[in-house]
Amino acid sequence: MTVPVAWDENLANELINERSGLEGAMLPILHALQEKFGYVDSRAVAIVANTLNVSRAEVFGTISFYHDFKRQPPLGRTIKLCRAEACQARGAEELAAHLEKSEGVQIDGGYHNGVRVETAFCLGNCALGPNALFDGELFGKLDPQSLRELFAAASRKAGARQ
Amino acid sequence: MSLIQEIDFGTPIRIAERTVTLTIDGEQVSVPEGTSVMAAAMSRGVKIPKLCASDNLEPFGSCRLCLVEIEGRRGTPASCTTPAENGMVVHTQNERLAKLRRGVMELYISDHPLDCLTCSANGNCELQDAAGEVGLREVRYGYKGENHLDDVKDESNPYFSYDPSKCIVCSRCVRACEEVQGTFALTIEGRGFDSRVKPGPTNFIESECVSCGACVQACPTATLIEKSVIERGQPEHSLVTTCAYCGVGCSFKAEMRGDELVRMVPYKAGQANEGHSCVKGRFAYGYATHKDRMLKPMIRARITDPWREVSWEEAISHTASELKRLQAQYGRDSIGAITSSRCTNEEVFVLQKLVRAAFGNNNVDTCARVCHSPTGYGLKMTLGTSAGTQDFASVDYADVMLVIGANPTDGHPVFGSRMKKRLRAGAKLIVADPRSIDLVRTPHVQADFHLQLKPGTNVALVNSLAHVIVTEGLVNEAFVRERCDLDEFETWARFIALAQNSPEEMEQYTGVPAKDVRAAARLYASVKNAAIYYGLGVTEHSQGSTTVMALANLAMATGNIGHVGAGVNPLRGQNNVQGSCDMGSFPHELPGYRHVSDDATRETFQALWGVEIDDEPGLRIPNMIDEAVAGNYKGLFVQGEDIAQSDPNTQHITSGLLAMECVIVQDLFLNETAKYAHVFLPGCSFLEKDGTFTNAERRINRVRKVMAPLCGKDEWRVFIELAHAMGYEMDYSHPSEIMDEIAALTPTFAGVSYAKLDEMGSVQWPCNEAAPYGTPLMHVDRFVGGKGHFMLTEYVPTRERSGPRFPLILTTGRILSQYNVGAQTRRTENGFWHKEDVLEIHPFDAEQRGIVDGDLVSVVSRSGDTALRAKISDRMQPGVVYTTFHHPGSGANVVTTDNSDWATNCPEYKVTAVEARRVNSLSTWQERNAEEDVSLRRVLEATPDAAE
Repeated sequence: MTVPVAWDENLANELINERSGLEGAMLPILHALQEKFGYVDSRAVAIVANTLNVSRAEVFGTISFYHDFKRQPPLGRTIKLCRAEACQARGAEELAAHLEKSEGVQIDGGYHNGVRVETAFCLGNCALGPNALFDGELFGKLDPQSLRELFAAASRKAGARQ
Repeated sequence: MSLIQEIDFGTPIRIAERTVTLTIDGEQVSVPEGTSVMAAAMSRGVKIPKLCASDNLEPFGSCRLCLVEIEGRRGTPASCTTPAENGMVVHTQNERLAKLRRGVMELYISDHPLDCLTCSANGNCELQDAAGEVGLREVRYGYKGENHLDDVKDESNPYFSYDPSKCIVCSRCVRACEEVQGTFALTIEGRGFDSRVKPGPTNFIESECVSCGACVQACPTATLIEKSVIERGQPEHSLVTTCAYCGVGCSFKAEMRGDELVRMVPYKAGQANEGHSCVKGRFAYGYATHKDRMLKPMIRARITDPWREVSWEEAISHTASELKRLQAQYGRDSIGAITSSRCTNEEVFVLQKLVRAAFGNNNVDTCARVCHSPTGYGLKMTLGTSAGTQDFASVDYADVMLVIGANPTDGHPVFGSRMKKRLRAGAKLIVADPRSIDLVRTPHVQADFHLQLKPGTNVALVNSLAHVIVTEGLVNEAFVRERCDLDEFETWARFIALAQNSPEEMEQYTGVPAKDVRAAARLYASVKNAAIYYGLGVTEHSQGSTTVMALANLAMATGNIGHVGAGVNPLRGQNNVQGSCDMGSFPHELPGYRHVSDDATRETFQALWGVEIDDEPGLRIPNMIDEAVAGNYKGLFVQGEDIAQSDPNTQHITSGLLAMECVIVQDLFLNETAKYAHVFLPGCSFLEKDGTFTNAERRINRVRKVMAPLCGKDEWRVFIELAHAMGYEMDYSHPSEIMDEIAALTPTFAGVSYAKLDEMGSVQWPCNEAAPYGTPLMHVDRFVGGKGHFMLTEYVPTRERSGPRFPLILTTGRILSQYNVGAQTRRTENGFWHKEDVLEIHPFDAEQRGIVDGDLVSVVSRSGDTALRAKISDRMQPGVVYTTFHHPGSGANVVTTDNSDWATNCPEYKVTAVEARRVNSLSTWQERNAEEDVSLRRVLEATPDAAE
């Protein structure tokens, strides 16, 4: 994963224009913005709206619909922990409770030691759950130990960035 | 009298050739194919409980209240999203469904405030009704769970309030904004339980919302509700009437409490608007009871004297004696009148009758002189009738729209929404306009071609379009051969095929790339249904009439006349421009566009009116002013119009008014013209009138009196009494009798009566023996006059050109929230959106002159100068500046010149050579005008009322 860069309107325009010809361009554009800046800046709304000739409300509505699109710059790193049915069946809930207790992090809460843990609903790796996603890499068959290690690694990376 | 309740079928009743028959609750029902089970049930009066469905919106299926059982199908499908099919057997009520619906309702109510008794929607709430229909008796979930009851209200819009704590997230508002209005200003923020209606990332007033009111109308609860209802309570009776703003002529229900207007609600059965509205008609009616209304007749000897309030009797006898004195002293032709396109057909008819019969001359003109007189002339010369060819619904079938010199989303918003709907469905769009109007690019609509011509070059552009059609073999020869005068066509075709008319040659004038013109012409000629829509950007030019004829030529050459989806359609500015022209307001024409020199016509009128009618045309408005300046024209009756603000070259107009001895103004307000008047007669707002307006599609709509005239007298009675005082008798007891006289005298109106209007809702003229139910579509099998006439339309550049002294071209127009001279809209909350007229200027021109946004800028032409705030805008093209004349102090018309259309004298508002530069103070005219606003408007404080 690339390190997010600060908001840059020219860069945003470039990312948006490159994708504006795609069919259903809104989501690829929003993903590209989030990938580059770590979030979708509110200033992007009008630009996307104008480029795609849709209303600002529609862009705003789309961003708000997906929890995955962040509206604020990231303050650290994010681990996505799957808590969908298959992972639940393989102990994801217990794992989540364990992590909250051992690391003091609140799932879907704020950043703790530079890391935010977010609920995801299915990462497509059900046979090998419980799963988590960090930095684009999928971690399967998690247990308390390996999840703690993942958290620690994420925390180090977050610290390294600062 | 009670409140008019319109049936809501829940989903649209489809238009289809085939019908399907199904059984609903044991009864057979037949509906057009594609109609939903819900609408089918309602068509038999069976109301299935619903919250998210409304018949002006596509079915959505989110509220889960309209579940039904269909025999042979599993589960309980939503009746709104299930199309009716042959042989279906539907049950809308049974124990299982009742239980399901109650369960759904319990969930809604568990997150809804229980303040029905104090809620502003109490008595008119679909949620309340639905709870009653499903028999809700308890909410097992309680009220203490997670909820939205503390959500904060958004009261930023001046007309309506948004209270999310009452919102059930049915998305009707969001869908209405998208499907009906086409603005897409609303969305649902978040998902699941967090879902909230939101005007984008901001509040309502900062959002893309245009305050059309469609969301408010769609809301089934008190979430989106008019502030007037919150303040005054629910209305108790209503009457259907017609909006008094633009030429769309929307039908509204005026909803009343006693004699107080609570709100205006667009009427679904209104054939012009089909239940939609804009910010003006829906909300901007507060002027009707504004404190500035003048309610007593007033007179004064000199305009520098203060006004003196007098009785109606004194006002009328004084006026009559003054007018008689002037005629005795200066001759019969020294007086005349201007009729108003804002007044009813009946009022206009009686006023022109007053002029022709009691004044004994033809000095009657109308404010259409300065807007659509070229339409009257141009369409009569080519198509044979001074009117547009289609109804509004025709646009639903257009494959290509050519919009030229019109800005429908601002000027005719309700029709603009209808156009956008058709464009979203795939119709192609050609916009010819010097500015980038909204239609060029607005969410989900993009013009295929924007021909951004230089102001004043319409004829050059339309000729070059026609050149491509003729020279590239795109003429519809069968149509031309059968329907048009062939000799005239051939002469025209030879003319238009000349190289001088080619896009390549015309490009030097229009500035439009020839290849775009060629492509646009091919597009226009390539489809079955191509429709032309135009406005004042076509007519208000030195060649206004020529452009109208050029457009008619274009339509005839491609066979785009006489069928749905096509045609030549003038978008009329004011509510009754069409009607005031129809009613004989022109100095050369008696009602029905018949020339005063025609003996047979005159004899018809003479027989009924018992007077001789002058066979010479009278004076047009500009001639009246010129003659006044020359000392030959001394008395003028001005009905509901403000020529001192709206007509070009203000200082020429006011010098004409100053030279007259008796100027009579009949208006709601002491307007700019009234500053120069000697008699003021208070008028009635449209809410105080019975009568008819005729809209842009020739539709005669009823105006109904919802309150008594505040000034104590119907306007039409004033003319009767004035005629009597001048020695001519006419007598009517109700406007319906005036319409009967119009029908008796005018062949195109022969079948019109109030009884028919009440029965049909409205009727489009011609309405007579040949077309007893009116004529939605004109020239179907033959042109009204027999053959269509091609007219030669040589491009002659206007004399008004930019040069070293005046390097910019000023063009003028309108914006959405204001209307014409602003007399009405400035006296409403609409001022919020447009507090002053500004000068829009392209960044390049601004930079050259060191002008930054918000600077005070002097605009100078050879007529005069005025100072406005600059607004830098890339909607302009370099070299062109733009302003509006909604505010009297702006003096936009101090700058415009008295150039005019060669055929009709319609002023060339759209082209004035100007220079703009930064200044520190207002212009001399503006300063003097501000002083005169006080000095020429003084009223003697005769009664405590007047002092208020």
